[in-house]
Amino acid sequence: MMAYALRRLLGAIPTLFVIVTLAFFMMRLAPGGPFDSERRLPPEVERNVKAAYNLDKPIARQYLIYLGRLAHGDLGPSYKNKDFTVAQLIGIGLPVSARLGLSAMALALLLGTALGTGAALKQNRWQDYSVMSVAMLGITIPTFVTAPLLTLVFGIYGISLFGHELTLPVGGWNGGAWRNMVLPVTVLALPQIAIVARLMRGSMIEVLRANYIRTARAKGLPVLNIVLGHALRAAALPLVSYLGPALAAILTGSLVVEQIFGLPGIGRYFVQGALNRDYTLVMGVVICYAALIIFLNFLADIAYGLLDPRVRLS
Amino acid sequence: MIATGQTLEAVEEVKGRSLWVDARRRLFRNRAAMAGIVILAAIALLAIFAPILSPFGFSEQNYDLIACAPSWWPAETSCIAPGHIFGTDSIGRDLFVRVLFGARVSLAVGLVATLVSLLIGVMYGAVAGYLGGRADALMMRLVDILYSLPFVFFVIILMVIFDRNFILLFVAIGAVEWLTMARIVRGQTLSIKQKEFIEAARAAGLGPLAIITRHIIPNVVGPVMVYVTLTVPGVILTESFLSFLGLGIQEPLTSWGVLISDGADQMETAPWMLLFPALFMAVTLFCFNFVGDGLRDALDPKDR
Amino acid sequence: MAALLEIAGLNVHFALADGDVHAVQDASLSIQEGECLGVVGESGSGKSQLFLAAFGLLAANGRAQGSVKYRGEEILGASPKRLNALRGGAVTMVFQDPLTSLTPHMKVGAQIAEALMLHRRVSRDDAHRQARLMLDYVRIPESARRLRQYPHELSGGMRQRVMIAMATITGPDLIIADEPTTALDVTVQAQILEILRALKTDKKTAIAMISHDMGVIAGLADRVLVMRQGRIVESGSADEIFYAPKDAYTRLLLDAIPKADEAPAQTGKVGPPLLTVEDLRVDFPVKEGWFGKTRTLRAVDGISFTLHRGETLGVVGESGCGKSSLARAVLQLIPKSGGRVVWLGRDLDAATQSDIRKLRADFQIVFQDPLASLDPRMPIGLSIAEPLKTLDPAMSRAKLREKVRTAMRRVGLDASWINRYPHELSGGQNQRVGLARAMIVEPKMLVCDEAVSALDVSIQAQIVDLIRGLQAETQLAMIFISHDLSVVRRLSHRVMVLYLGRVVELAASAKLYTAPRHPYTRALLSAILSPDPRAERAKKRELLTGDLPSPLDPRARLTFLKSRFDTPDYRPKLQEIAPDHWVAEHD
Repeated sequence: MMAYALRRLLGAIPTLFVIVTLAFFMMRLAPGGPFDSERRLPPEVERNVKAAYNLDKPIARQYLIYLGRLAHGDLGPSYKNKDFTVAQLIGIGLPVSARLGLSAMALALLLGTALGTGAALKQNRWQDYSVMSVAMLGITIPTFVTAPLLTLVFGIYGISLFGHELTLPVGGWNGGAWRNMVLPVTVLALPQIAIVARLMRGSMIEVLRANYIRTARAKGLPVLNIVLGHALRAAALPLVSYLGPALAAILTGSLVVEQIFGLPGIGRYFVQGALNRDYTLVMGVVICYAALIIFLNFLADIAYGLLDPRVRLS
Repeated sequence: MIATGQTLEAVEEVKGRSLWVDARRRLFRNRAAMAGIVILAAIALLAIFAPILSPFGFSEQNYDLIACAPSWWPAETSCIAPGHIFGTDSIGRDLFVRVLFGARVSLAVGLVATLVSLLIGVMYGAVAGYLGGRADALMMRLVDILYSLPFVFFVIILMVIFDRNFILLFVAIGAVEWLTMARIVRGQTLSIKQKEFIEAARAAGLGPLAIITRHIIPNVVGPVMVYVTLTVPGVILTESFLSFLGLGIQEPLTSWGVLISDGADQMETAPWMLLFPALFMAVTLFCFNFVGDGLRDALDPKDR
Repeated sequence: MAALLEIAGLNVHFALADGDVHAVQDASLSIQEGECLGVVGESGSGKSQLFLAAFGLLAANGRAQGSVKYRGEEILGASPKRLNALRGGAVTMVFQDPLTSLTPHMKVGAQIAEALMLHRRVSRDDAHRQARLMLDYVRIPESARRLRQYPHELSGGMRQRVMIAMATITGPDLIIADEPTTALDVTVQAQILEILRALKTDKKTAIAMISHDMGVIAGLADRVLVMRQGRIVESGSADEIFYAPKDAYTRLLLDAIPKADEAPAQTGKVGPPLLTVEDLRVDFPVKEGWFGKTRTLRAVDGISFTLHRGETLGVVGESGCGKSSLARAVLQLIPKSGGRVVWLGRDLDAATQSDIRKLRADFQIVFQDPLASLDPRMPIGLSIAEPLKTLDPAMSRAKLREKVRTAMRRVGLDASWINRYPHELSGGQNQRVGLARAMIVEPKMLVCDEAVSALDVSIQAQIVDLIRGLQAETQLAMIFISHDLSVVRRLSHRVMVLYLGRVVELAASAKLYTAPRHPYTRALLSAILSPDPRAERAKKRELLTGDLPSPLDPRARLTFLKSRFDTPDYRPKLQEIAPDHWVAEHD
């Protein structure tokens, strides 16, 4: 098991490296620099400023300097928000985005798995069709449509549930109060709940057709034992492979959700940074996201090995 | 056991029932998929012809009828725009024409970007699958690495660099979607390569090129077709996402993403601005999904 | 005495996308306590579906009607709770493919113990202890260690023993064995059947033995049912069915089984050898993990033989013996790692790629799986034409079609089917297509790689006859590869027995079958099951112990020469103990 984990870990490092390099060179390719939109500075001042930020050196050199700093955990200063370093900005925004993203992921996995399994067990009956239709809705309606819709229903007009008025705040983080999190997490999770449900249903149907499930039935095991003990582990495998892309999708979605609900996460920094050519900020955010996804992929690989002994022992 | 009574010339040949014919029959029986095809065809026709036939130009502004509801709107509104089936937008343009124009753009982006991803993905996947061994392992490792990237981020960076070029949008989105296509094609190629009829072809003396073109590619087409119909909705969604962020389709063109983005802003005062483009997009995406699922079931029925 | 199981008027339907299938029609049978009922039939006979339906194990699109009584209680349509209490406890099942029939991610011990804990309410520790005892009973060595292993870590034979252990541990009244030995090697099959026989005598368990192989049934069954296309066409005691069959279909099945006296006469060696193989070796590198060493798997470890015109060499062996690799290396489909292949006096090493491609017309191959060896998207006419078209690209389409039609008629196919697709044809018909494709270029040598193994018994006989006829017509040289000794006997002039990549015996087939010398050959012959219940019951068996060793194990070669274990690199030499009768050294 250890050897397997180690192998996976070693595979993750080049990935991160590739991403950093790609992001670096892509940003540098963009026409214009970070200081173009500001007032014209006198030439010597401009030269000094550029030197201070290492912008006068050849690109290859800048790359190496960046890598060097990166190895020390120094992501550089933000070119636009002069008072902060990128690391500080990320430090402020990351906890917000992380809480948002991970909550959405957890919701998607739990609810999606339950719905998908249920649909598979009642294949081609009304429970199956209704779950799959709702899932289809979740996939096809983009987050920036569901966000305003849900805001309208729950936030502005409010609904009454069991005689209580239920109105949710429509924006702001409020230090992460759960009432503020409900809407953004739901909006973010909806497409993933749908995808996970479909994935799980398909996978479970495949597994339930397998010969070893027939053996389990022939042993007289009740349905619950069969699903939990024999089917679920095997059916979960494609799901585990999907974890990485799921997180990537959630992080992508968070760009929109943070904007709509006015949450102080790092998604916001990314879009602004890209538009303003704030190199270091964009780089920092990309590296941060990429590291998160790579780490999750690593965990997913470990989980896969735990679930499927054939992979682990080969 | 030799067939009796057969003369050499006058032999009535029995028409074979190819797998495609079987699949087509199954597809026609799938009502959801057929409905999807019909609706998609209808939308495509509308998209092509309606902007030509409509009395309103798609950028024709009418300052008297700003953000006005269509005459049949059930709720109370501040103003009504007679003659505009879907109402007007915030600078008085006819929403119906704009939604259909947006259909043109969104569908075009969907199809072209999918085509790009198809070309890249099929070539990459087929080569990796056929070469096998270390070349394949290396190529797939690259795909694994790219798969774990939040690729849309790079698309955004690209869009910013090249300043929201329309053509680039196609290429950028295609470049995002090719990964899964490559994986599918490679998987199919690998599994077909191991089948005995490939060995039989080699025993018959065919060279590798002939084997790929005559035996491998026709057998890969099925799953690829299924995946193509399922990629198009993803592309349309990605485009709308980019447009929402302001990085996709720019003025004077419009797409469903742009219309939805504008409509979301006006949701409380002019909900029809959000409703119609969202409805069209949702229905189109639904239909592609139904058709894709139908194709998958038709080509690979698992009824046992 | 009340019957244990009583089925009356059972009908099973399946709703498929392309229509309704009536898989079992009006089936009635009964099984008494301690009795073994053999159910024999070919594919599509409904024999498996009958029992699956009786115990509520049908797929979702299946419907069953009729009456199924277990100890007098009606169980067809009973509640899931009742059926679950019955299944796995009093009535257990053993399935055909043990690899896919065992849960891959659950330890073997846990799977066996599960049934016991559920049905007999024993504690977990107790259940595992009993599981271990059960593994000992089915003769799995190192049972304590095996309990903690996963199914994929065990060999095929061991997995099937595990399934039997799982089916026996609750002390059932009835075990339903659905083709339990079909996926196993012949020597392993013999051992598994021994275990089933012991179950019957020791524990007085009733067994429903489902098989397409009459020989398997003959050795075990007290009474026999013959099924065809969903109907029971005959039933009676084993003696009645085998010695005095009444139904025409039963007689057909019995006739199709190769008999003991059918070996073709030895032809004199006509002319110079067409093919000479000297010390052929084929290696495969096996990687162990990402950073592990690469070991070499010696699939073919120094094999030599010659082949003449009009002669058939039978190549026999079980899994891992290298017979398929041998064939493919001779045909230049895979690269060899050593030795020489000389065709018509020419050493093929010296030939260029384009030479070899031209030579391909000389030697052709027919594969095991008739459906998989044809491109599903091409009509059979095109598949058959392919080798000819490649050989002579300039041939006109009309001429090509004519040749295809001739080839089709030659193998007994209706020429008007030239545009049909493989999935529209049966297995036997597809195999004829494979033969037509091979014969159309008029090869001098034909390799049949398990060409009839995937076919039903009655069809096997037809195809074997066809091949014999073709050989008589054209004086083809043939290499006939099979794991089934009785089929090989009908066609071969000489037989070569392989074990782990080496020849252990090579002789004229008459000699080999009547006076085998090598212990492995004797075990193989002993494992042949004949459709003669009295003979089977009386037979003294020479069983090997355990499963086939892995080809990667270097000392596996010395299994029959244990006296040389201290020199692990020693390879038993082939000695000519009589004219043209070669035997490898053995203890």
